[in-house]
Amino acid sequence: MTTSSFSQNALVQVENQVVDPTTPRARRKVKRRTWQTVIWFVVLLAITAVVLYPLVWLLFSTFKPNSEFGQNVGLIPNNPTIDNYIKVMEGIAGVPMWRFFTNSLIIAVGSVIGTVLSSALAAYAFARIQFKGLGILFAAMIGTLLLPFHVVIIPQYILFNNLGMIDTFWPLLLPKFLATEAFFVFLLVQFIRQMPRDMDEAARIDGAGHVRIFWSIILPLIKPALITCAIFAFIWAWNDFLGPLLYLTSPGNYPLPIALRLYNDQTSSSDYGATVTASFIALLPVLLFFLVFQRFLVDGVATQGLKG
Amino acid sequence: MSTTATRVIVTGDQPRRALLRGRRPEDLDRPGQRARLRKETLSGYGFLVPWLVGFFGLTIVPMMYSLYLSFTRYNIFQPPQWIGFDNYVRLFTNDPAFIQSAQITLIYVLVGTPITLTAALIVAMLLNYRDKGAGFFRSSFYAPSLIGGSVSVAIVWRAMFAADGPVDNSLSFFGIELGGWIGNPSLVLPAMILLAVWQFGATMVIFLAGLKQIPKELYEAAEVDGANAFHRFRAVTIPMLSPVIFFNLLLGLIGAFQVFASAYIISNGSGGPAGMTNFITLYLYKRGFSDGQMGYAAAIAWVLLVVVAIIAFILFRTQRSWVHYSGDNR
Repeated sequence: MTTSSFSQNALVQVENQVVDPTTPRARRKVKRRTWQTVIWFVVLLAITAVVLYPLVWLLFSTFKPNSEFGQNVGLIPNNPTIDNYIKVMEGIAGVPMWRFFTNSLIIAVGSVIGTVLSSALAAYAFARIQFKGLGILFAAMIGTLLLPFHVVIIPQYILFNNLGMIDTFWPLLLPKFLATEAFFVFLLVQFIRQMPRDMDEAARIDGAGHVRIFWSIILPLIKPALITCAIFAFIWAWNDFLGPLLYLTSPGNYPLPIALRLYNDQTSSSDYGATVTASFIALLPVLLFFLVFQRFLVDGVATQGLKG
Repeated sequence: MSTTATRVIVTGDQPRRALLRGRRPEDLDRPGQRARLRKETLSGYGFLVPWLVGFFGLTIVPMMYSLYLSFTRYNIFQPPQWIGFDNYVRLFTNDPAFIQSAQITLIYVLVGTPITLTAALIVAMLLNYRDKGAGFFRSSFYAPSLIGGSVSVAIVWRAMFAADGPVDNSLSFFGIELGGWIGNPSLVLPAMILLAVWQFGATMVIFLAGLKQIPKELYEAAEVDGANAFHRFRAVTIPMLSPVIFFNLLLGLIGAFQVFASAYIISNGSGGPAGMTNFITLYLYKRGFSDGQMGYAAAIAWVLLVVVAIIAFILFRTQRSWVHYSGDNR
C-alpha cells in the first residue's frame, strides 16, 4: 500500500465527522491523521521485522553451508546449498529423521484424540448436568489450571515406572485421555454454556438421554471449539520436551524435540548447518498449522483467554 | 434426532417444557423428582469418569505422595526412608545452588512477566488505533507465542545471542561490544528474559480483545471533560482493562515459573554459565532424575507449589483494590 491511499482513507474518516476539508483547520487535521497513520505503519512494520527476524534467520540459515556459520554474518547465504537437508534426512544416533518425525506425529495425533474426547465428556458434565458435587469438582478443575505441572512429575514418573511404561508412548498419551489438561475442559465448558438449551430440552422430552444429547446435539454444535482444542493439543504435544525427556530412553522412540537435543549436544560445534536445519524441520508443521489456521487460533485466544 | 428436536421447538410443547425447566425446591419432595436427581448425578459422574481418574490418579494422589516423598530419602531403587524436615532444612541452609536457583527464577518471573505484559499492552493499544491492516500484525506477533517454548526456538536463540551472532553484530554496529550473551553469566538471564518477552503475542491478543470491549462513549466523555491522552489511559483504559490485566498477570507469573526447555537447551542441560540458567524446574529435574534424589526433588517441587500458591493468593487478595468488574458481573 502507498501513502496516498492512507491519506485518502484519513480524508474519508474526517469527512464522516462532517468537517469541511477546505477550511485550514480541517486541512491541518487531515494532515495530522495521515502522518499518524504513516507513523503507525512504520512502527508496526519495525516491530514485525524484529519479532519475525529469528524465524527468517532460521529459514535462510538452513541453506548456508557449514563453512559460512560464524563467517557470513549476513542473512543471505553466499553459496546456498541444500546439503544440510540431505544430511539431516540421515538422522542422528543411527535413527533416520523420518523415524523421529513419525514418533512426533504418533504422539501428537494420539494426544489430539485423547484430549478432545476426554475434555468434551468432562465439559459436557460440568456444563449441562446438575449433579451432587458439581460445584466443588468444578472448583477443583479450575484449581488444576493454576497447578505447576512440575509438582507431579516425580510421583507420575514413579507410577509409570511401576506400571512398566518407561520407554513407551503411554506416559505421554494416557494423561491426555484422562483430561488432565484443564485448559481444554475449561474452554469447552465456556463454549457449551453459550449454547442455547432449547435443543437439548426438546430432545429430553423426546426421551433422549445425556449420551444421545451429547453425541447428536452438543458435539456438532461445539465443533469450532473442538477444532481449536485439537490444534492447540497438537502443537503442545508436538513441542513438548519435558515429557519425552523423562519417559523415552531409546533413540528409536525419540520425537523431534529430543532428537534436536542430540544435535544440540553432539554436533553443534562441528555441524551447525544440520542443527539449524533439524530445528527448522521440527518447527515446520507448527508454522504450517499456524498459516492455515491463524484466524482460528488467534480468535480462540482472544475469546477464551487461552495462552499459546 | 435433530429433526424431532426441531419439531418440538417449532410446534412449542410449552407446558411440558416449562415443567421440566422449573426446578422448584418443592419438586424435590416428589419421589419422581428425587429419582430423577439421582439419575442425573449418576450420569454426571458417568461422563466425568475419565476426568475423575485423571484428577485423582494423576494429580491429587501424586501431589500427596510427593508431599510424603519430600520428607524422605528416596532414589527409586530402595524404599523411601523417612527423614523428617531434613530435605527442607538442607534446601534453605545448606544448598547454595538451590538459593541461587530460587533467586534467578524469581528475577526471571518478576522482571520478565511485567515487561512482557507492558510490551503486550503497548502493542495492543497500537493495534487498537486502527482496524485496517491490524489483522496481519496481530497474527505475526502471535506466532512466537505458539513456538517460543520449543527446542527449535531455544536453538535459534542460542545462535541469535552467540558471540558474533546477529544480536552481537547489530550491537557492535552501534559501538556496543558485549560479546556473546549465552556464555556470559551476567547476560544469559537477560537473554532468557528477552525470549519470554518475544512471546508477548498471546497476552497482546487477549489485551486487544479487552480493549475492543471498552465502550467508546467513555473516552468521548473523558475527552469532553478535558482529559488528555495520559489521563484517559489512567482513568478509562486501566480500570476497564483491569480484569484482563489480572488474568494475564496471574497466568503469566505461573507460566513463567515453569520455563524448562529453553533453559535446558540454552545451557545444554547444565544450568550454566555459573548456574545463571539453573531455573527451579531445571534444578528439580537434575536433582530428581540425574542425581536420583527423588525425595529432595519432591521437596523442591513443594517449595515451588507453595511459592506459586502464595503469589496467586496475594494477587487474589489485592484484586479488590485494583480490579474493577463492571456491572454485568463478568
